[in-house]
Order: sequence, then C-alpha cells, then structure tokens
Amino acid sequence: MAQGAITDGTASKGRVWDRFSIRTKRVIWAWAFLALPIIFYGWIRFYPTFQAFWISFTDWDILKPAQFVGLENYDKLVHDPQFWKVFRNTFTYLIVGTPISLVIAFLVAYYLDRVRFMHGFIRALYFLPFLTTAAALAWVWRWIYQPVPVGLINGLLSQFGIPQQPFLKSTTQGLPAIMVTAIWAGLGFQVIIFLAGLRAIPSTYYEAARIDGLGEGAILRKITLPLLKPTTVFLVVFSSIGFLRIFDSVYNMTSNDPGGPLGSTKPIVLMIYQTAFSSFDMGYAAAQTVVLFTILLIVSLLQLFVLRNR
Amino acid sequence: MRNRFMLAGLAAGISLLTLGAAQAVEIEYWQYAYETRVTAMDQLIANFEKANPDITVKQTTFPYDDYQTRVIAAKAAGQGPDVLQLFYGWLDKFQSGGVLQPLSPTVFPHDAIEADFFPIVTAMKRGDDYYGLPTAVRSLALFYNKKLFTEAGLDPSKPPQTLDELVAAAVATAKHDDAGNLISEGITMDMAGQDHQWWREVLTRQFGGVPYSDDYRTVKYGEKGGVEALKFYTDLQTEQKVGQTGFMDEGQAAFRGGMAAMTIDGTFRLGSFKTIDQFEWGVTELPANADGTRSNYASYFANGIGASAQGEELAAAEKFLAYVSSPEAMQIWLNVVGELPARKSAALTDANLADPILSPFLKALDYAHTTQFVDEAGQRQVAIDMANRVLLEGQSPADSVAEAATAEQAIIDAAAK
Repeated sequence: MAQGAITDGTASKGRVWDRFSIRTKRVIWAWAFLALPIIFYGWIRFYPTFQAFWISFTDWDILKPAQFVGLENYDKLVHDPQFWKVFRNTFTYLIVGTPISLVIAFLVAYYLDRVRFMHGFIRALYFLPFLTTAAALAWVWRWIYQPVPVGLINGLLSQFGIPQQPFLKSTTQGLPAIMVTAIWAGLGFQVIIFLAGLRAIPSTYYEAARIDGLGEGAILRKITLPLLKPTTVFLVVFSSIGFLRIFDSVYNMTSNDPGGPLGSTKPIVLMIYQTAFSSFDMGYAAAQTVVLFTILLIVSLLQLFVLRNR
Repeated sequence: MRNRFMLAGLAAGISLLTLGAAQAVEIEYWQYAYETRVTAMDQLIANFEKANPDITVKQTTFPYDDYQTRVIAAKAAGQGPDVLQLFYGWLDKFQSGGVLQPLSPTVFPHDAIEADFFPIVTAMKRGDDYYGLPTAVRSLALFYNKKLFTEAGLDPSKPPQTLDELVAAAVATAKHDDAGNLISEGITMDMAGQDHQWWREVLTRQFGGVPYSDDYRTVKYGEKGGVEALKFYTDLQTEQKVGQTGFMDEGQAAFRGGMAAMTIDGTFRLGSFKTIDQFEWGVTELPANADGTRSNYASYFANGIGASAQGEELAAAEKFLAYVSSPEAMQIWLNVVGELPARKSAALTDANLADPILSPFLKALDYAHTTQFVDEAGQRQVAIDMANRVLLEGQSPADSVAEAATAEQAIIDAAAK
C-alpha cells in the first residue's frame, strides 16, 4: 500500500500528506493530539521540577539574584533538627495513616457490599466528607477538638467525668488528632474504590468456592484479597502519596501556631511552605522539595515493586 | 460611506482615550485585608480624589498571611504597587530587597518628620533616608470585661494597676467546672497574639532585665529578667490556673465571647471590640510592677513608595502619601480603625486624652519600646515555642529562655549576614 502510493507518479510533490498511508496518518494525528498536553505538561511540570533542582544549589531569596552555593543547603538540611522532626512526623503520617485508613476502608466496603438496605445512602454518607473542601473540614474539626466549653469531644468527656484532653494543643496528641481527620476525610474515596473492586470479582468464583465447602474466612483470604490486589496497590500508592503530601488539614487546624505546638504535627510540606513563603529562603526550600521528591519517588517505586504481579 | 463614518468615530474615540490617559494618573495602593482598614482607606481615597481630580487611586488588598509574599512576588515580576503599606518590622527585608524607594527629603523634610511624629518613626529610617511614614501607631493595654468583674465582686471602675493586682483579679474572675476544667478565663494566654510582645518588652523589663541590646542585634533576655518574666507568665496557667493557651482558640475570641475577664491587646482591636454588645468593657494601662515601672510595646504600619513608581506616578504617589500621613487622615483613621494618630499634635488632643478608652494607649506611647525585628514571624515563633516548652513539656523556665535566646540570636545573626 505505502509502496504503491510513493511510486505513483501522478501524486504532486506538494501533497506530501497524501503519500502517507492511513496507518501513518493515524499515528501522526494521535501524536498531534498528544503533543499538546505533553508540551503543556512538560512546560508547567517538568521544567519547574528541573528548575527546583537548580534552585536548591543556590541562595535565591526572590529579591536578590541567585548565587550558586553548591551543597550548602543540603548540608544545612542534614544538621537542622527541625527537618528531622518534620521528617519523623511525615513518616508517622505515612506509616500509621496508610494501613489504618486502608483496613478501615476495606472493612467498610466489605460489609457495605453485603448491605442492601439503604446501600446507596450509606455509601453517600461515607463519600460526603471527600466532596467537602479540606480547609472547611479542618476548621470544623478544629472546633470539635477545643477544650470545654466549646469543644464537642471534651464536652462529652467531661459529662462522663473523664478529664478533658488537650488534643491539638498537645505535643503528643496533636499528630494523631490530625491523622484521624485526614483518614476520615479520605475514607469515602477508598471505600468507593474498594467497592468497585469487590464488584469486579466474578460471582462464579464465590459460587464455586461455596459448593466446594469453603468457609467465609477462607473465601476472603483465598479469593477476595488476592483478586483485589490491583485495587489495593492503587490505593496504597495513592494514599501514601496523600499522606506524604499532607498539608491543608495540618495548616488549617493549627494556623495560629502552624505545625502545632513545638512543630509536633508539622509535615515536610508545611516546612517547605514556611521556608519558602515566610522566610523567603527559596534555595533552602527547594532543597527540601528535592528531598521530598526523592522520598515520593522511592516510596512509589518500592510499593509498585513489592506489590507487583508475579 | 457608513464604514468611513464609523472609522472616523473610532479614530476620534481612540484619540479621546489617549488624551484621557495623558491627563489622569492611576496609582495603585496595596494593604492587607482588614475590614476597618479597608473602609478607612476607601474614605481617604475618596477625599484625596476629590481634592486631586487628575489622580485615581486603586486599592488592592490581600489576606494578611499572603501579603508579604504578594509584595515580594510582585517586585520580582516588576509589577509592584506605587504606594504600599508595610509593618515597620519588615523594613529591613523590603529595603534591602529593593521593594521601596527612599522618600525624597525635599517633599518629606527630615526635621519636619522628626518634630511632628512620635519618636518611634525613626524605625522607618535606614542610613540617611526615610522609607515610609505611618498614619497610625498602636500600643498595648489591658482590656477587661466589666460584667465579669462585677460578678466576681470586683469594682469595675478600678481595674488592676500592678502585676499583683492583675493576678488577684484573674484569680477572682476565673471560673472552673466541678472537674476543675477552666470554663472562663481570668486572663487570656495567647503567645501567638500580643503576649509575646508583653513578655519581651514589658515583663522582661519589669523583672529587671532588658530584652535586647540597644541596637536590637544582641539578645539579652537570657541574662536577666527573661526567666522570671516567663515564670510569671506560665504560672498563670500552671500555678494560678487562670488562663490556658488555646482556650477558645484565640485570646481575643475568648474575650469577645465573654469567656475571659481580661486580655492584653492593641489599639487595632478597638474597632472589632466596639461591636460587642453582650457586656461592657474597659481599658487600662498595662499593669506596673511593684516598683511602679511600666513599659509597653508600640508598633505601626507605615506607607512607603514602591521602587517602580517613576515620573508623574511618583509625583502622584508622593501626594497620596503626604495626604494619608496628614492630620486629617489620621483623624479619619482613628475614628474608623481606632488606631492612634502618628503625629503628636493629632494624637495628644484634649479630647483624646480625656477619652477613657484612648488615654491608656496614648499614655503608653511615652514609655513604649519598639522592637526592631529582623524576622517578625520567626522571632514570634521562638517566643511561642519557649512558652510551649514550659507549658507542655515541663521544661524549666531557665532552660527554655536560654534555648530561646540562642535560637533568636541565630535568626538575628543570619539576617545580618
């Protein structure tokens, strides 16, 4: 086909387009459409990413021209106790938050899948927080966690004669208190994805297993969980990245002392934000960003590797 | 025919437009968003435009948290405002970063500035140049809830005048439930609010120390006064249990809600407290120590001229700055925002001195100090953390103050580099 078109002497030289085969034309069209988002994406995402790498080697403070300082920012980072604190906080959010949120989401989805009565309504209730602005949620929770006479939880506690808890005002309870709200806010999304995953498992497998006399526990272990693996992989990666990038709930719940008392709830993104936009130390902030980027990359690759299909 | 007619009309329109542009200058004014300040500035702009019909002023506001970022980003993009408001503590950053241009001494003569304004205006001077002029100055005072005072059996016309009386009044007015939980504060505790200024410039001096060396480049509160001052402050929560950090989220919210008998706050709070209708409140000077030593912290937002203003825009900006720093503007600012006039003649009038709400703030200007911050947010964070280490982690005030002094000195040194 293609050969014939080229050897055809009647085709004018100007009409190059006509000389391509339909197959080639399709490829060209596809790339033409793809090129736009790729160029756009490269320009707004990859270019700034590389720019950030460069800035991390400078002392840029927005106002004065940047000067190359080598690894000074990274050296400062390693010796900054504040950085190691937010590093620990970030990984606490990740390592504690991800499994807890996934287990809860799975349990909810697993049992919700069997509920017929008001199924849609209950599902909507779980999904509702996910639709709400994170900042609004954070402010509501901020007031729920207040001491008496304002706070809801402390009001309940003191009715039962339990001493009130400081929650966000404490260096030990602050982080868990914020984590609870973050888990709750993301739960709806995970439940929906799990539900979709559960529905996608063919019911014939279950019927066969029941005929063979397998118990519910065995069905869960041998059929449901293995077949749910792609869903789980997706959610683990998605939720991990979410916890590594946690910012809005922390910032809004502790905005009069951002990052909680003594930085006890401060995640790495909040530190980057403050370094960049309160201290205007862009070079140092860029170095922190590069570290976060590396962590995100490693964690994502590691999870894909561990949970890959064998 | 019709086309040619339209073309002529278009051409005439364009020439009219360009003519208009040559006559009217538009300058841009930036400040942070705070309702009363924006209202006051709207009034000032209306008056100014009436007197100067060839100049229009466009006011742009940003949320406070975002304001510095916007200014600096606009400077980086080369599109800064012609006149902008800045906190005196940001001057180092804005001046060295080239956000501002020095005020022309022919338009704003230095001897006139220094004769007419309160002495704290010199915080806007770097080298031989002034970089801005304040409309209003702010100082701190003790606000008290007369209703809670009466309920506790205290005389609402005799607010506490010494630190001992302050503690006694706080103990008398604080309320606890059966479980011992604080349900109404004697005095608010909010380091993130104005308490860090109270501790730094007032309590530290009252306990025999000084917060910094005279040039504010060396931290001195670690040597003397700071520890006792911090202990006095944290004892309010740990010993007397009359206040609690984070109660009702913010000190001013607790006072507004009628859940705190006393709070230390500034003139800038007057506008918002004036809308309280559930109870009557009063203002008194910050309490003296046993020797009768008083101190206060005064600060201000000044207006400066952006580095990019040139030619006729610069002339218009200078005119506008002169107007917003005039006695007339100061009176409007006082009425709308509640902040004290920055010119002595406008502030110390008989009417103002007889005003029970304004006079405590005005008296304070005589003995107030103005901390020269290099990084206001960073230095405030040091004070917040210092109190938290004692209140939450049980660190001794001495260790906590020593740690804070080291941390704050590091911030000051880094800025000087």
